[in-house]
Amino acid sequence: MLVLKHISRQFGGLMALQNVAMHIPAGQIVGLIGPNGAGKTTLINCMTGLDHPTAGEIEFGGTPIQKKPAHRITALGMARTYQNIRLFGEMTVLENLVVAQHGLGKANLIDSLIQSPRHRRENERLRENGLQLLRRFHLEQNAEVLAGNLPYGDQRRLEMARALATNPKLILLDEPTAGMNPVETAELGEQILRMKAEGKTLMVVEHDMSLIAQVCDEIYVLNFGQIIAHGTHQEIKNNPVVVEAYLGQEEGE
Amino acid sequence: MGFISDTLASIGLNEFVITLMFVNAILAMSIYLTLYGGMFSLANAGFMAIGSYVSVILTQNHDWPFLPAILAGMVAAGLIAIPIGLPVLRLRDIYLAIATIGFVEITRIMILNFDKIIAEAYTRLHMESEPPKITNGPLGITGIPVETKLEYLVVTVIILSYFMIRMHRSRFGRALAAIRQDENVAASQGINVVYYKNAAFILGAMMAGLGGGFSGHLSRIIQPGSYGFGTAVDILAYSVLGGISSWYGPILGGLALTALPEVLRPLKEYTGLINGVVLLIFIAYLPGGLGDPALWRSVRRNMSRMVHLINKGKTADAGA
Repeated sequence: MLVLKHISRQFGGLMALQNVAMHIPAGQIVGLIGPNGAGKTTLINCMTGLDHPTAGEIEFGGTPIQKKPAHRITALGMARTYQNIRLFGEMTVLENLVVAQHGLGKANLIDSLIQSPRHRRENERLRENGLQLLRRFHLEQNAEVLAGNLPYGDQRRLEMARALATNPKLILLDEPTAGMNPVETAELGEQILRMKAEGKTLMVVEHDMSLIAQVCDEIYVLNFGQIIAHGTHQEIKNNPVVVEAYLGQEEGE
Repeated sequence: MGFISDTLASIGLNEFVITLMFVNAILAMSIYLTLYGGMFSLANAGFMAIGSYVSVILTQNHDWPFLPAILAGMVAAGLIAIPIGLPVLRLRDIYLAIATIGFVEITRIMILNFDKIIAEAYTRLHMESEPPKITNGPLGITGIPVETKLEYLVVTVIILSYFMIRMHRSRFGRALAAIRQDENVAASQGINVVYYKNAAFILGAMMAGLGGGFSGHLSRIIQPGSYGFGTAVDILAYSVLGGISSWYGPILGGLALTALPEVLRPLKEYTGLINGVVLLIFIAYLPGGLGDPALWRSVRRNMSRMVHLINKGKTADAGA
């Protein structure tokens, strides 16, 4: 589904990503872990078109996307959530989901000026889709609340609903459990597995190893902008390089 | 009607001032469109100048009727907005404001020196005929017949209001609101940010051009000096005073801020002072502006509370 070949991203003299190679197979959940500042969010930004790699290639479903703008990549079927929640806070919960389906609509300004049937049908369809997503994430009673006024956990779930609203094939979740309690985390894991069961491909960037263990088929470990390990949860857990990256090198006696 | 216009005239609002108020309401709406998309653009004074000069030149030198001429001015402003918007809208916030003020000044200076440029081109190309006088330099174009009527402006404001109301609930308007709140997230949700920003910029330019066409046919004379930095800031002030949390805010702002100095005119030398103080009070105590829906909700609440109290007083009186 998504193939990264020799991706590098340089900010001036700093190599944020160096020769990163990854493969996210269709229908799987891939985990991406790494210490703070390892370059995980930079990598997601490069995948989604908010940033562009300085070298290397990214193929999404066979199409090279490393130079494409974000809205084109979204149209190809990629969606994401954000580490620090970035909802449209001045819009209601439902409006957030309606605007998220922008690429699925076609109505233009003239359609709405003359109230064309296309405009009305489309508005209705997008609202209906939005309500369905709200029910799925148990947010339907908050449909008319301003997104900025939602409690934290609900905002996280709304972000995920908003990512699904674009009808993506691949969903990138950037630290979806940040600030959640263990009960909420487990519930989120269920939602992630449900997306997989529906045929979506996912990549999860996480610190919470319990979630990674619960959902991921395979895991990549990123440190200082380089992939240092790749394998199943068991393999990663026992990999000395990974342990060293997280816990530091043992001092010689 | 006679009574109303007499009353308004007695507080300084004669027909000319009221017409001007509506012209400025149109200009305020033009900047609202870009602000709604999160773009802090002050370019509209430049587009106003273009609309004004194009339409006046067409009616004066080419005998165009009024309506096609101001529509041509509107289209001209929109066309010029295309090459301006593409590079300039890559900037944000204060940088966009600075760049667009640059555009306003360049437009003013171009108009000021337009005849000289044409004359220079004539000599370079060894053309025999006398170069025409088009913009007439700093003196401007004079003797323009007053064609702008209050009725036209009221109709225009109603049409533009309809446009704004529909725009808010359209796919187009939702995309602009999303871009205002978080440009990157909007792009990640599939919104073509460059396209929508430019579209809003061009539509705003067309509205400003239309307002310019009306204002050009209102005061018998147009000069490049009327379309500089000051005008750019005035247009921004209308929308700030009126508030940009609703579509009618800028209209109220344009009307009120144009009327204010006229109403205060009897205060003579204190006019500017009071005008400034009123503005400051508004900005300090009504940051949402005149058109803030929250303000009107609280006004309505207080009114109904007052009515309730009065009614209670009446029944108490009746009981006693």
